[in-house]
Amino acid sequence: MEITVQEFKHCDLIAIKGRVDSSTAPQLAQALETANENGKYKLVVDMAGLEYMSSAGFRAMLAAQRNSKKYNRGEVVLANVPVRIREALELAGFTELFKSFDDTLAAVGHF
Amino acid sequence: MQSVQFSAKFEYLDEIREFVGDIARAGGFGNKDVYNIQLAADEAASNIIEHAYEGVSNGVLELSCEVRNDIITIIMVDHGESFDPSAIPLPDLKADLSDRKIGGLGIFLMRKLMDEVHYETKSNRSNVLTMTKRKR
Repeated sequence: MEITVQEFKHCDLIAIKGRVDSSTAPQLAQALETANENGKYKLVVDMAGLEYMSSAGFRAMLAAQRNSKKYNRGEVVLANVPVRIREALELAGFTELFKSFDDTLAAVGHF
Repeated sequence: MQSVQFSAKFEYLDEIREFVGDIARAGGFGNKDVYNIQLAADEAASNIIEHAYEGVSNGVLELSCEVRNDIITIIMVDHGESFDPSAIPLPDLKADLSDRKIGGLGIFLMRKLMDEVHYETKSNRSNVLTMTKRKR
């Protein structure tokens, strides 16, 4: 798994590549926490390069969403969610917790 | 039935998913089913590593898998603490963000993604998890 962070004027774009499981999810959690610690609560998670995500990744995203939405200071939104991952998120009841955009531009433009 | 032993560590999850994925694909399962079978196997193995072998560094996970009569069977045996997935309450998927429980999600996915999930503790201190899914 590989994570790259790009800072925009109104949000940060966090792109995940590869596979997120119990082994790699702590890295994702760390990247999201670091953004929050730097005062960034408006986050776009770009999943275009994501091949796989287990519930360990879902949990990291849930924790970030909770922290980011506190005091209405921001939120985590998703972009380019691959079909298999969208199906799993739906099954887990996570699609109601995250706004999802078909492309990165629309997601960044949301903020 | 093909069998393989893994050290019960998260770093082997990749290989565990590959092992069941290869067998599922060779058995004629489509991409969506293969992904879901891999996800179920990952969740099951993660639970064993995290809970059955909590605090244990040299745990072993025995994984067996086959496709027969259009049904894939995945068996995972561990020798750690008994951990019955069916005893875990289902997460409330309608709960608000603040009330959403973090635990139980992996087990919920296993049950949703596979047709049957069966757990048995044998007298010789081994726990046997069996999951099956029929090709559609």
